[in-house]
Amino acid sequence: MSDEFNLSVNQLDALREIGNVGAGNSATALSQIINKRIDMNVPKVALVPIETVPDIVGGPDTIVVGVFLRVYGKAPGNILFLLPQKSAFYLVDTLMGREHGTTRKLDFMDESALMEIGNILSGAYLNAFFTFTQISMLPSIPALAMDMAGAILNVVLVQLGQMGDQALVIETEFLAEDDGIDGHFFLVPDPGSLNTIIRSVGVE
Amino acid sequence: MAGLIKVGMADYKVGRSPSILISYGLGSCIGVSLYDPVSKIGGLLHIMLPDSRQARASDNPAKFADTGLPLMLNDVLAQGANKSRLVAKLAGGAQMFAFANATDIMKVGTRNVEAVKQVLRTMGIKLLAEDTGGNYGRTVQIDLSNGVYKVKTIDRGEKDI
Repeated sequence: MSDEFNLSVNQLDALREIGNVGAGNSATALSQIINKRIDMNVPKVALVPIETVPDIVGGPDTIVVGVFLRVYGKAPGNILFLLPQKSAFYLVDTLMGREHGTTRKLDFMDESALMEIGNILSGAYLNAFFTFTQISMLPSIPALAMDMAGAILNVVLVQLGQMGDQALVIETEFLAEDDGIDGHFFLVPDPGSLNTIIRSVGVE
Repeated sequence: MAGLIKVGMADYKVGRSPSILISYGLGSCIGVSLYDPVSKIGGLLHIMLPDSRQARASDNPAKFADTGLPLMLNDVLAQGANKSRLVAKLAGGAQMFAFANATDIMKVGTRNVEAVKQVLRTMGIKLLAEDTGGNYGRTVQIDLSNGVYKVKTIDRGEKDI
């Protein structure tokens, strides 16, 4: 296993706070777009065995919509915004001004709208991240897939799998006030980026 | 109802009839089965990456095609399967997100498929069937009572290979 995962309690706290500020920014952005209150939990910063990551969103065969963005900059990584199918349909109905329950399948416009949400959330997140760490990072254009959670998470897990058997995930759950939306926002730093992030906050 | 044995990511399981081995939600990963139709003993391996030599230290040989397959082969033989009768089937190796400038790591599915085939050739095991590629996830299972390998998808139905 790689040494960079030997983090102190304070360092984990620092990462959690970065996740907190980033996700707070994202939640505010999402809230403004759909005009509903968005609650979020305290970000989970955890080092977990790679094969257990799909369980965070309900198991590898749960159907989810995933918006994936590659993050470029000094501390590259991946962002994955996962919504259970029901939440994604609800969010699309909200965005398109349709009655809830209308959407049963995502069309081109729906997908585009969800990718834009992923874009906005990532931008908000990374802005806060910059304020905190002074590490400037840019998201790629988003890509979207609706499929099994395990299959979608493969994309980020494979990269980590090359370096070790553990994944450090910074994960935040978003909940809309009426329980219609339950989203999971993952920031998964590339192996190697973690050191850069930790150094930037100067916590031992 | 026959026992359903779950195979996690970067893991493998072996068993005998009437067990069913199942692995959920494969993207770029591969589910590769070995099966002896006479003794009805077989195994299912869920690999993530093609080559352990291109990776940094790992405690888990089942993560890679080159180390996982020999490991499962040994276990299947230890259970009493006959190597000359063993046949392989495989599914997975998708690319879930289409990017114009996809990096090598995003095309890992294709490399996984090639690696598994290469290892099977080296081990001298015949590949009977495959269902690989595309941009969608698969849940796969092998029924050890008859060797039927089922591939389930969300939008593309299911099929036996």
